[in-house]
Amino acid sequence: MAILVDADTRVIGQGITGRQGTFHAEQSIAYGTRFVACVTPGKGGSRHLYLPVHDRVADAVEATGADASVVYVPPDRAADAMIEAIQAGVKLVVCLTEGVPVLDMLRVKRVLQGTSTTLVGPNTPGIITPGACRIGIMPGLIHRPGRIGIMSRSSTLTYEVAAQCTALGLGQSTVVGIGADPVHGIGFVECLERFIADDETDGIILIGEIGGVEEEAAAEFLRESRASKPVVGYIAGTTAPAGRRMGHAGAIIAGGRGSAQEKLEALRGAGVTVPDSLAEIARTMAEALRA
Amino acid sequence: MDIHEYQAKQLLRPYGLASPPGECAFTAEEAEAAARRIGGSRWVVKAQIRAGDRGRAGGVKMVASPADVREVAREMLGARLVTPQTGGEGEYVRRVYVEAVCRAASEHYLALGLDRAASRITLVGSDAGGTSIESVAGEHPERISQVAIDPIDGLNPADARRLAADIGLGGAHSAGAERLMIGLYDAFVSYDASLIEINPLALTADGELLALDAKMSIDDNAMFRHRDIEDLRERDEEGRFERVRHGFNYIALDGDIGCVVNGAGLAMATMDILRLQGGAPANFLDLPPAAGRDRMTAACRLVLENPRVKVLLVNIVGGGMTRCDVVAEAFASACRAAGRSVPIVARFEGVNRELARKVLRDTGVEAEPAESLGDAAMRAVRAASGGAR
Repeated sequence: MAILVDADTRVIGQGITGRQGTFHAEQSIAYGTRFVACVTPGKGGSRHLYLPVHDRVADAVEATGADASVVYVPPDRAADAMIEAIQAGVKLVVCLTEGVPVLDMLRVKRVLQGTSTTLVGPNTPGIITPGACRIGIMPGLIHRPGRIGIMSRSSTLTYEVAAQCTALGLGQSTVVGIGADPVHGIGFVECLERFIADDETDGIILIGEIGGVEEEAAAEFLRESRASKPVVGYIAGTTAPAGRRMGHAGAIIAGGRGSAQEKLEALRGAGVTVPDSLAEIARTMAEALRA
Repeated sequence: MDIHEYQAKQLLRPYGLASPPGECAFTAEEAEAAARRIGGSRWVVKAQIRAGDRGRAGGVKMVASPADVREVAREMLGARLVTPQTGGEGEYVRRVYVEAVCRAASEHYLALGLDRAASRITLVGSDAGGTSIESVAGEHPERISQVAIDPIDGLNPADARRLAADIGLGGAHSAGAERLMIGLYDAFVSYDASLIEINPLALTADGELLALDAKMSIDDNAMFRHRDIEDLRERDEEGRFERVRHGFNYIALDGDIGCVVNGAGLAMATMDILRLQGGAPANFLDLPPAAGRDRMTAACRLVLENPRVKVLLVNIVGGGMTRCDVVAEAFASACRAAGRSVPIVARFEGVNRELARKVLRDTGVEAEPAESLGDAAMRAVRAASGGAR
């Protein structure tokens, strides 16, 4: 069933009664996503996009049995919206909002601990199982149903790689934007676990970039799991000039990890094929599948 | 947002961070007058830039007379200071901080930062304060102590005291160190900081804890709830001012291929692929998605008007809030306004890519179309090296 979402996923839209939210929710509905309700505090009882609007996520879940929620709420209220969805027991929460304060995300992650909710984002284009369910803002037309799993930190790179795959005839099982913010929900490791376990995914593409240590964690996971599916990777920013830095605490906390070179070596050391050029990602995957 | 040392010291004082008497000065004469007001017989003059490792780069100097304070300040002000943390261009010094010299019995390191992997604020300390704390961390990890802080509980006093003992501030100094750490954690949370770093934290012969340097960064995403410190934002440099005003990320580089790309990841990958094919990007630009046409046009003009640029590479993947045709319109009006023409390679993918090509044709912008990222990079590199178009 691909991962995280499929044709049966029933979605609530938090904060989709605004202009931008409406635009993207309409596109998702047109794509075939099963939206079942909206949540906008103060607008409960009305209808929007032919859907019932509730004041609270818990009410919407009770009324519709929804198992996913998309959060399209401005940055100052986004954390509260995520926490509300987690506490209402929504299985999958996808937060698209860009600009959520980091300390708010620490609070969200703390609430998430020990629950059965999976959080995607924030600051993500979302998640799509082509032909079945799109929760997010990615262009539907660059995707095709298929058997490649893609996960990425950057929105436009996700689109770039999906478009490359589609052009080569490699459809996608599920594409997950894990989000570009330093603190976010689902990471590369959790995506890998799911893609490896998914019998509709034959190959996995991991698109990372400089900063943080998630690519290193993914490499470590792959080394230990000895997954038999081919994994192709890419790290953006290998030629980025060293920018201005402020202090040393970040480097100490990261334990000296996080450079592009380190990530490349970690991935290659774990058996991931990393082409030199981003333009070769899809072709590299096609070759890996033939091998 | 990174702030200056003297601003950090001011913000953190109410939270219990003491520091030697000091004043900020914008001219050499102000610096001399400040030294006289501060009094004493020795002063330190510190270039105020928002990056570390100033000492080894000549940005921190000890002097023994107000006249020398003036002379040292004169040398620093208006110069560019390049340190291992500034990047190659260095930072322009607009102000200096004049401070009384304090004699430290021992120097320690204390910082709060973000542990992304653990989703926690982490308190970091060491008994080895000074400039080379990262090499201490590499070579003597046992001299670094860390405490991960639960966002709901906050910093536990017992954890603070344990860290204090680890970094040589136990016994008689324990209570003062605990108060300071809890104060700094409060400040971190109150200001939505992403970094507070006190290095060195001096323990004086009288048992007082004094910040000899302080660094502080504030989460840009949280500035909406800190309007009161908005004016600490630096606006002295042209590029930086533009970046702040338009809200996009532009960094000048030394190559000749101007890059107009949407999304930071794709912009980095475009630079990577240009270099791989032997080209040299003239800039990094992350065109903001929902920027509105004016801001996009302003961004394109920054790229176009860079005299180094010999070729322009437009690489747009439409999706989310970005439509290719909107970017094409903004780009076309930047071309009209810039009044200079260079070869253009344009690649559009995703939402409204056909429409974008039509916009360029209709507005008379001559662009060599490219079918893919690899194709676009190859064409741009070829054009830059003077090859056949």
